[in-house]
Amino acid sequence: MIKRWKMLPWNLWGRQAAAVVRLELQKNLFSRRAIWVYMMAAGAPLVALLHWVTARPGHCSLPGDAMAFAGMFEFYYLRLALFLGCVGIFSNLTRGEMLERTLHYYLLSPVRREVLILAKYLAGLVTATGLFALSVALTFLAIGAHFGVAWQDFVFHGAGGRQLGAYLLVTVLACVGYGAVFTVAGLVVRNPMIPAAVVWIWEAGNAFLPSLLKKLSVIFYLKSLSPVQAPVNGPLALLATATDPTPAYLAIPGLLIVAAGLLALAARRARSLEISYAE
Amino acid sequence: MTDRIVFEDVSRFYGEILGINHVNLSIPPGVTSLVGPNGSGKTTLMNLMTGLIRPTQGRVRVLGIPPDRPDQLFLKLGYCTQFDSFPKGLTGYQFIYSYLRVYGKPHAEADSLAWEALQRVNLVDAAGRHVAAYSKGMRQRVKLAQAIAHKPRVLVLDEPLNGLDPMARAETIALFRDWAQEGRHVIVSSHILHEVDRISDQVILLSHGYVVAEGQIQGVRSEVKDQPMQILVRCDRPSELASRLFLQDHVVEAKVHDDHRGLLIRTRDADSFYLLLNRVVLETGLEVESVAPADEDVNSVYQYLIGPEGGAA
Repeated sequence: MIKRWKMLPWNLWGRQAAAVVRLELQKNLFSRRAIWVYMMAAGAPLVALLHWVTARPGHCSLPGDAMAFAGMFEFYYLRLALFLGCVGIFSNLTRGEMLERTLHYYLLSPVRREVLILAKYLAGLVTATGLFALSVALTFLAIGAHFGVAWQDFVFHGAGGRQLGAYLLVTVLACVGYGAVFTVAGLVVRNPMIPAAVVWIWEAGNAFLPSLLKKLSVIFYLKSLSPVQAPVNGPLALLATATDPTPAYLAIPGLLIVAAGLLALAARRARSLEISYAE
Repeated sequence: MTDRIVFEDVSRFYGEILGINHVNLSIPPGVTSLVGPNGSGKTTLMNLMTGLIRPTQGRVRVLGIPPDRPDQLFLKLGYCTQFDSFPKGLTGYQFIYSYLRVYGKPHAEADSLAWEALQRVNLVDAAGRHVAAYSKGMRQRVKLAQAIAHKPRVLVLDEPLNGLDPMARAETIALFRDWAQEGRHVIVSSHILHEVDRISDQVILLSHGYVVAEGQIQGVRSEVKDQPMQILVRCDRPSELASRLFLQDHVVEAKVHDDHRGLLIRTRDADSFYLLLNRVVLETGLEVESVAPADEDVNSVYQYLIGPEGGAA
């Protein structure tokens, strides 16, 4: 088994995957369909910059701004920007190329379909994590920047650094999880907006699901890993609170296993993928 | 059979619509033309042999490789499709180079193969321009260059002469002939029948998803028994020859040319006609300038088997 594993052409697959990633990055970052992903990523940093510029001394507190960021992260990034950004990037990896009638160039290359799909996913992951991790970091750094040295101290010597690290980890994991979901959706369904709506409702209603079903979602693991609980009351608190929190040592592998399972499904689907541009 | 493209009882349906039905083929090296009207199944056949679609039933093998093994198949096969679409933002060189890298070629080899392919289709000067700015003929040529860049043993081309100017057509046809002479397969679909005639070693005639005829064009023509063969004879006394021919049962028609230097004969038995012609020459001293079949071409066979409107004759 190990001998067979070693005999596989890993070097060739690596070179092929790298070539696909290069082509895909160009499409993901410089095509017209990237505009709304940029807008999603730029939204929160712009608000944070505005806050930096307009904040008046005495009207805000450092813990208050850290809590405000927790709210932005929970309701803007997790519930909206990361979700929709991943819909835009990952569901277009194959569906977008079907619409542009260019997928056949890949399918007519001596590349295993599994390698192709994983390379496309990797390119999507680089794009999504690059844009959104940068966005999260900028927002976090800008939101309390008006405190000057106190905020720097909080970030570089206090709890802020750990919080930022945890937010970035959740961002990356969100891209891993939602990316896998929408890579499959782009391969299986003609209109990715339909599965996007279904997944969004499933994720939004996660708090109301029985314990076992909760684990079949991305948000379940992400909420468990968020470093600060968003400060909300009333019905929204139900969405923000991790009612059945999972420790990180289970949440991270759990999410990675869900993503790996979905990617295996995508690879299997890709093997029987046909070109049907006329649809 | 590892040097052939083989279809074994292959059918493909699109829902309830027939693509091709019960196709059995064994295609040898050389230039093979797929001929038939729109919707006859030419592209379906090409897509099946390249794995872009899967058969509903039956089995396809290209040089012994099943089309669902792209990692093996496309080391030996290049396909120039009919789709006039390209990844955005790439120059002609980048387009060919990038996909050679996807093939797993290292930078230096991909670079050299890309320039070689561009040279073969005369696009070196335009290599640095974006494909989006190319004319239709240039886009057709850059697609061809992409399909041949890795020097495949099998080249599949869907309407490759579309959009090319006469000079480019001639060069492209010469390229196909060169490739066939090197022992490669060149599978071409075309509706320009006189060009098919010039380039093909064998033809496959398709109609409504069925293979109507296949093989070398002369062989296909001789199989069309219900249509008399047409033979053109240029000679000094065509009327005398016509009078001798009318005594034969197999001669259906003999039409003397206006210049009285030749005649067109329609006969059900070409072999008997040639024997008779030899006898007439010996007996009467008829001076024959030339004798040539007048309907041993793709166009005639197409008309006989498929009909002028593309329906079955």
